[in-house]
Amino acid sequence: MVAIMEILNIVDLGKDFYLHTPGLEIKSCHGINLTLETGEFIGIVGASGAGKSTILKCVNRSYLPTRGEILYDSAAFGKIDLTAASEREILYLRRHEIGYVSQFLNAMPRTTAKEHVMNALILRGADARSAEAEAKETLSHFRLPENLWELYPVTFSGGEKLRLNLAHAMVKKPRLLMLDEPTASLDDKTKLLVRDMLQRLKGPDTGMIGIFHDIAFMEGLCDKVLNISEGVFVS
Amino acid sequence: MRLNETPVLRVKNLIVRYGDGCPACQENLDKNRCALCGAIWAANDISLDVYPGETLGIVGESGSGKTTLMRSLYFDFTPTSGVATLRDHKDGQENIWGASAAERRMIRNIHMGMVYQNPALGLRMDYSAAANIAEKILAAGGRNAGQMTGRARELLEAVEIMTSRMGETPKNFSGGMRQRVQISKALANSPALLLLDEVTTGLDLSVQARVLDLIRKIKARHGISILLVSHDLAVVRMLADRTIVMLDGKIVESGLTDQILEDPRHAYTQQLVHSLI
Repeated sequence: MVAIMEILNIVDLGKDFYLHTPGLEIKSCHGINLTLETGEFIGIVGASGAGKSTILKCVNRSYLPTRGEILYDSAAFGKIDLTAASEREILYLRRHEIGYVSQFLNAMPRTTAKEHVMNALILRGADARSAEAEAKETLSHFRLPENLWELYPVTFSGGEKLRLNLAHAMVKKPRLLMLDEPTASLDDKTKLLVRDMLQRLKGPDTGMIGIFHDIAFMEGLCDKVLNISEGVFVS
Repeated sequence: MRLNETPVLRVKNLIVRYGDGCPACQENLDKNRCALCGAIWAANDISLDVYPGETLGIVGESGSGKTTLMRSLYFDFTPTSGVATLRDHKDGQENIWGASAAERRMIRNIHMGMVYQNPALGLRMDYSAAANIAEKILAAGGRNAGQMTGRARELLEAVEIMTSRMGETPKNFSGGMRQRVQISKALANSPALLLLDEVTTGLDLSVQARVLDLIRKIKARHGISILLVSHDLAVVRMLADRTIVMLDGKIVESGLTDQILEDPRHAYTQQLVHSLI
């Protein structure tokens, strides 16, 4: 039997932005508390600008939180507060334990789809041969057609880019996976495909948090759905 | 457990000042110039670490001190004060800016490679591409002509320069090719640290992409650490793990590259990010 354990505990998280021009403070989210266990999938819903992405970006440390703690149970470091971890520790965790997927592709120019996935493994210290084998297996798993593997993904459709993003994140077998509106620009047919893939991603070793606009999309997929409005969770 | 890494390069409190300075300089700086005595503080208390296998980006406008930092590290001039240590030189225990001239030459040739914005500073334009690489190997003590030619061929192939042209001088080459020869020369003795100073500035977009791609491959293949200076945030976004923002000779902000770009805090960094096309 797999033991369920708390992988992420967000305590009283708050994030404000200050724009020097025109001298404006923007309060994005505040008083955010959330607990995620291994094998659990939490969905967050809310209107645009409600603060959904801010939470995920604070966990990923793309944003520096203003207040609160983000306690992550790391395989390498044990319990670590992501708001206070060093930049090198965050880079390590992103390479080895934490995945972040959005609808946008962030690949180097002149890098093929296969190389993009391989690079995620090479950065962790894998050799080129094993990285290639694993990349191919993952691209197949996410149903990216084989004739696209050697192409530069800049020309891919939204659904193809998303499948590549998922492959890039999942090849690392992350303990914590964040999905930031991955289905935002997809048609209904592709959304169904993605839903099926996310269903298959759910496993005892990975905790997942996803942001989706579409409440129907999350039904039966997420174990818990949290609603955010004007920067706070509401019931 | 926490990460316990030894930096490949550590810089502490670097100051490069032109002019004697006065006791009240820091309170009277107009940009990087003292309004009282006229001293220029080209680098004003710069400290940073570069860790194994990482790329540290340095961004800032012209005159911010980026190149001053790089050229101080490569001994192109001696700083006013400060300490720089290299993991691979005397176990990081000796300030390289206090090293003898002979030691400095060895550090330059063995532990570091430099690629300048202007290839004429890094290459001998009237020597062949192969001879440029051989010169660097010779300076590090290499004497076997066959091995030097073999190494030059291997390095030029790695930067996608046809070996049939290795006997030609860089003055016959395009801007992108010259930069690639500079990169291969910088890698001649497999240094732990590569200094890249505006390497893609002035190149066409497609040539720029080729050079960036090459740098990324070198990093993946050799696990080399890179200090990358650029005024172009797009270049830094593509290559750098962490980024430092400089203004008027000082570091005004530092962080993970995506954090600097998505959540900039300093007014100058915000201005820089908002200007990104």
